[in-house]
Amino acid sequence: MRTLFRTTPSLPVFLAVLVVFTLGVTVLSEAYGIGALSTSFIKTLGKTACLALVAIAMDLVWGYTGILSLGHFAFFGLGGYMIGMWLMYARTELIVLDSLAAAPLPPTPGEISDAIAGQIFGVVGAADLPMVWMFAHSFWAQMALVVLVPGLLALVFGWLAFRSRVTGVYLSILTQAMTLALSLYLFQNDSGLRGNNGLSGLQNLPGADAIPQATVSIWFFWASALALLLTYVVAAFVVSGTFGSVIRGIRDDEARVRFLGYPVEGFKLFVFVLTAVIAALGGALYYPQAGIINPAEIAPIASIYLAVWVAIGGRGRLYGAVIGACVVSLLSTWFTGGQAPDLPLGFYTVKWVDWWQVGLGFSFVLVTLFAPKGLGGLVDLVSHRLSPNRHGAALGPDTGALREKEAEQ
Amino acid sequence: MIRRLITAALLLVLCSATAQAQDMTIQDVLQEHREALEKSSRRTIGPVIDAIADSDLPAARLVLERWRDREMWQREEDGLFFYGEPVDRSTERLFDFETGADVGVYSTRDLDQLKPNSGIQAMIAAALVTFQLDDPDPAQRRTALEAIARSGEASHLAPLRRSITKETDPVLRAEKERTERLLTITFGAADAERVAAIEHFRGSLFLDVRAALNPLIATTTVYAADLPPDANVKRRLRAGSADLPVAEAFALLVEAGLATPPPTADERKSALVARIENGQVAGIPVAALDTQEARDRAYATLAAQGDVPAWDPQFSEARAVEETPFAEVYTEPSAAVTTAAEETLRSINHTVAWNQVLDLSLDGLSLASIYFLAAIGLAITFGVMGVINMAHGEFIMMGAYTGYVVQQVIPDYTVSILVAIPLAFAVTFGAGVAMERLIIRRLYHRPLETLLATFGVSIALQQIAKNVFGTQVRPLTAPDWLDGALVLNDVVGISYIRIAIFVLALIFLGIFLFIMQKTRLGLETRAVTQNPRMAASMGINPGRVNMLTFGFGSGIAGIAGVAIGLYAKVTSELGQDYIVQSFMTVVVGGVGNIWGTLLGAGLIGFLQKGIEWFNPSNTLAAQTYMIIFIIIFIQFRPKGIIALKGRAAGD
Repeated sequence: MRTLFRTTPSLPVFLAVLVVFTLGVTVLSEAYGIGALSTSFIKTLGKTACLALVAIAMDLVWGYTGILSLGHFAFFGLGGYMIGMWLMYARTELIVLDSLAAAPLPPTPGEISDAIAGQIFGVVGAADLPMVWMFAHSFWAQMALVVLVPGLLALVFGWLAFRSRVTGVYLSILTQAMTLALSLYLFQNDSGLRGNNGLSGLQNLPGADAIPQATVSIWFFWASALALLLTYVVAAFVVSGTFGSVIRGIRDDEARVRFLGYPVEGFKLFVFVLTAVIAALGGALYYPQAGIINPAEIAPIASIYLAVWVAIGGRGRLYGAVIGACVVSLLSTWFTGGQAPDLPLGFYTVKWVDWWQVGLGFSFVLVTLFAPKGLGGLVDLVSHRLSPNRHGAALGPDTGALREKEAEQ
Repeated sequence: MIRRLITAALLLVLCSATAQAQDMTIQDVLQEHREALEKSSRRTIGPVIDAIADSDLPAARLVLERWRDREMWQREEDGLFFYGEPVDRSTERLFDFETGADVGVYSTRDLDQLKPNSGIQAMIAAALVTFQLDDPDPAQRRTALEAIARSGEASHLAPLRRSITKETDPVLRAEKERTERLLTITFGAADAERVAAIEHFRGSLFLDVRAALNPLIATTTVYAADLPPDANVKRRLRAGSADLPVAEAFALLVEAGLATPPPTADERKSALVARIENGQVAGIPVAALDTQEARDRAYATLAAQGDVPAWDPQFSEARAVEETPFAEVYTEPSAAVTTAAEETLRSINHTVAWNQVLDLSLDGLSLASIYFLAAIGLAITFGVMGVINMAHGEFIMMGAYTGYVVQQVIPDYTVSILVAIPLAFAVTFGAGVAMERLIIRRLYHRPLETLLATFGVSIALQQIAKNVFGTQVRPLTAPDWLDGALVLNDVVGISYIRIAIFVLALIFLGIFLFIMQKTRLGLETRAVTQNPRMAASMGINPGRVNMLTFGFGSGIAGIAGVAIGLYAKVTSELGQDYIVQSFMTVVVGGVGNIWGTLLGAGLIGFLQKGIEWFNPSNTLAAQTYMIIFIIIFIQFRPKGIIALKGRAAGD
């Protein structure tokens, strides 16, 4: 741990901030404190922590390894679907048992599963439980699937893609195609996951009806904060040692690392699968707080937003991803929630609900153009770790070649 | 009462009068059915219409027409029927049906109008059809023929056959003969003529032929042990085969009275519920009945006591129907007709299959040209320059909205499309040039960041479109001459818009090839793409060339937007629907080669239509499988169908 603290100076600061923040929120919460923060806001904070978590995963795969994956939100959604299946099944089972308790004969297992299937799949006009719901009755089996399904998908996809040396923008487009295929597949009613209705009512934990949502929400906030903390530690561990150096090397010059004898594909595959699993765990924590998941959540655009958060926060540094995800998603909630005051320009009143997206798009362009380090770059300003001032024409053919003014010094 | 007597007397007189003339008049026929006419009820009027139509009197048609048009009147004083023409609001001039003679002007108070309701009017119209078949006016004859073709009846057959010999118009005659054959298939009296009519339609693609033939080969599955000897059996069946599931066979057996269905699980359950005593059923506590086995045991105990219908837990429907013969029997009794129908349908299906392949190819071709059109701009910006432009889809959308705005200003659709195409090019060319100058120029060494920055532009443009035009679908209407479809037969057809898009795609291919191969800009573009520094040394301004090339690619996206907007919905999300497929098209085809893009579009278009054909109800599944196929395809040809070799490959 001490080595980790030494190699990752941001880790103690991050831990301290997270712990203080969690305690602060707990004190201000309705369930365990003075009630200054509403339950819905605590849910927003919990969800934001999950998004920060998946942003760290994205930072690992993009900022550190250089794979611009436009599919990590698909893994996030898949994790949500896996946990959602158990939540929905278990809760429906309780409701069904409740309603069947009044029947003159105690229900048989067959009757119970028929009634559950009817309840869940009534909306899409089916009455049988599809094969994919085989393990939905068991929490542990479904938790295992949270890891296994996205993990296997990432493994197969990554193996295919890296093996044939698809890199750069081609890989981005390929991952985007995978995401599109997955969301189109889930949009079908016969995919067995309720088509475009998605899974709903996930905020009601089975058997916890007596516990108020205020309490449940703070529990989920704690869990999300803990998961974020652990992810940060794991990510810091991954990027700190030799392994971290190798993946950064892959990002900067893949061919050179390969010539040095490292199995580049293996490294990339490991990072890809690891981050897919982290994303899935984030999704499994996020969607019980959101309450509903449908295929639109998995659409390619969501994964691109993920890249936007990391880029705005500053890729290649773990805290940058966290800052980006928190700032952009909280600002988005604030602007699109209609809380932001309108901006009168005299001839036209800017309603932020309509124009926030435009602002986000253009500010993203500006960040990409003028501040490639993102918000995390501000930390560099404070700590006086500035990049060399690379003005003037390049002296060599490569992008990294010395420039005229550098050579003069 | 007195009036009735008088009319009866008058009737007698009239009857004797016609008896003398040795011939019935139409008035006699009407009087014969007078009560039914006065009552005018749909249930009883049928025989009256038939009597009038079958009377073979020259005035019959006139009566039916006037009656249908509510111009037939009954004189109250003697009950005779006339047709009238209104003089003014309360008086009518009456005419005799037989002679057309003016009978005089009467007040409507002394008359009863016959008011057939719409049901009766339809019946009269059907009877009139046979008269219209011989009408001197060809238009009337055609209307009548169409009415028969729409809803033919057995009674139409005889007048239709009669009218064929009298028909002078060769086209109408051919159509009459065809309709006659169709009617003969269904209503013909002798098997021989029906078989002849059926066989005449071998290989025909018309839907009405199939509609006439299909009822002939309709079958019912029956229990076959006691079939009548003359039953027209299609084939014998065994229960449990793919064509006759066990459950269906058992239901047939029950229907035939040869088996009693055992009590179902629900019936057994309610029997158990009905016999709960002191929390016990047959000595078993209710709480223990939470498995199917326990319930079965309890029911068996009850059955043994004789309280409930017997039930054998070992009973299986499969065994009950095992040795029982079943057969598929045609509803049509004549074997000759069904054999001929089966054979003809087989030949028809064969022809239909070939035509469906043709139709599918046309569909695939048109989808391919849409993808090509959407991707050709990308083939320039991404394929030639290597710039990932995620806002390409939004340029397509801008083109479509430009078309919409132009249509708001210029109401003539043809002119507005002609104006919209260059205008859309200009707008998106401008947008492309602006984007190249402001954003892409600064990121040429960072392709991944180009992707992200252009994505930022994409979401901003999308939201701006949403703010300006709203979220609802905006219409981009095609001119009249693009409406409709080129219909080759009842199976193969393609809409003119799709043909136009195909032609447009071809034109663009030509323009692209011309500019790239034959113009200064194309030469400079290729030079700058291959080696910007060397090109610059040769006096080419790489910045200017890049700007123009990018603008050109974006401009083509705008024109594609107008074309796509003509048949798809114009919304702010229009571009998003095409962007991934467009990139796929370019990547699959092979970056940097227009022929590759063409092949890629063809592959994707035909593939998607092919998959849709296997599973027609589900276009989502088709897209899913297509993308998966592409991902696998890229495994084997990572550089696309046509990979650049040598120096042009750039690595």
